[in-house]
Amino acid sequence: MKLKGWRELTPGAVILDAGNAVEFKTGSWRSFRPIWKEENCIQCMFCWIYCPDMAIKVKDGKRAEFDYDYCKGCGICALECPGKKGKKAIVMVEEGK
Amino acid sequence: MSIIVAVTGNEAVANALRQVNPDVSAAYPITPATDIMQRFTSFVSNGKVKTEMILVESEHSAMSACVGASAAGGRVMTATSSQGLALMWEMLFIASGLRLPIVMPVVNRALSAPLNIHGDHSDAMGARDSGWIQLWSENAQESYDNTIQAFRIAEHMDIRLPVMVCLDGFIISHSIERIEYLEDDDVTNFIGEYKQLNALLNIEHPISYGPLILPDYYMEFRMAQNEVMKKVTGFVLDVAKEFEKISGRKYGLFETYRLDDAEIGLVILNSAAGTSKDVVDEFRNKGIKAGLLKPRLFRPFPYEEIGRALKHLKAVCVLDRADAFGGSYGPAFIDIATSLYPYSERPTLINKIYGLGGRDYLPEHAEQVLNELVEIANTRKLKTVKEYIGVRG
Repeated sequence: MKLKGWRELTPGAVILDAGNAVEFKTGSWRSFRPIWKEENCIQCMFCWIYCPDMAIKVKDGKRAEFDYDYCKGCGICALECPGKKGKKAIVMVEEGK
Repeated sequence: MSIIVAVTGNEAVANALRQVNPDVSAAYPITPATDIMQRFTSFVSNGKVKTEMILVESEHSAMSACVGASAAGGRVMTATSSQGLALMWEMLFIASGLRLPIVMPVVNRALSAPLNIHGDHSDAMGARDSGWIQLWSENAQESYDNTIQAFRIAEHMDIRLPVMVCLDGFIISHSIERIEYLEDDDVTNFIGEYKQLNALLNIEHPISYGPLILPDYYMEFRMAQNEVMKKVTGFVLDVAKEFEKISGRKYGLFETYRLDDAEIGLVILNSAAGTSKDVVDEFRNKGIKAGLLKPRLFRPFPYEEIGRALKHLKAVCVLDRADAFGGSYGPAFIDIATSLYPYSERPTLINKIYGLGGRDYLPEHAEQVLNELVEIANTRKLKTVKEYIGVRG
């Protein structure tokens, strides 16, 4: 994205358009990456509810892949995930490994 | 038509605020500014204004509430002094950075410690680089006139910056003078209906104030703020011209007094300029070409215009009612020296610190300084650049 010059900015850094967080990809902040293990997923949707961003995609009412453009790797989804028979459906893996 | 009254500086400013009838005000009492807001809250209680008056628990909260109300889309004002202004410090930069046109009379008072409630410019001088426009006022009339003009300057759609109107504590705020009020309707018409810019409470178009700006954009926003400051002097003169039409009173970026053919001159802010003008007259009667320059718009500082007005003098003394500790010079001296720096031929400059904590500035002080300037102009020899006057050894 081309950065704006000082003449193009709104006075006082006011943001005039709602919902523009989508333009600001925050996935690079992540140091731990959540991995979805579909075989352990019971479709409880806890991860979707607890995600403080909107990084859990849903397709046809079912949980789909993570949106890694916005997932900051907080790990809340992995903590809340009940899994199946003691096995988590979301595990955190260090980025770069 | 004007109305002639005998009132204190604070009363005059409070009356200007009544005539402006702002949407919101938030304030906390502090001597000597208390009187302005005390009178204004009476106007609110008695239905003379429609202002939403918010009584808060500190000046930090007062300025915070003003920031919120201004961002929401209202015409907003408050008033303070000294420690109150110091406590607002953090929010001053937020008001100017968010480009909110808040108007604030500052009744100049010394800073603690030692605790002192009297006239001194340390408070507003400390806040001179906070991004606020500053107008300084010699007497009650100028305080009243500047308060009304401040709203027009702050709210100009190409500026949108907060304005401080400075007047000397007690000397002006609590002394009764003869002044002329404008008719209420003339003030209403002069300031016009408040125009919103990016009002936060417009639910049809939700917006955000105060986002985090990282290194990729922060400098561009600061550049934009610097550029808007450059436009202020022009608009201050435009507003002054329009104000002259309704009041008959002329204002500029600064006032010059017998300066055009002067060889020696004083530069002095606010009330002490009045005393100094009398002494300038005495020197003129003796055949000595003395003059005076009194800054009105101190931020942004009109460097080029002031440089041009002073460059032909032989010797100039800048009198500061505030000191900048650390072996440096008084704040007014620093800017006057900067404005003369581009000229290879320029007056010899000296700096006197006077009147701190309400210490009387007497005609004999101006006389002493002018006599020193006569000597410097004749000999071109300088003893001390910076010196305290009216102080015991």
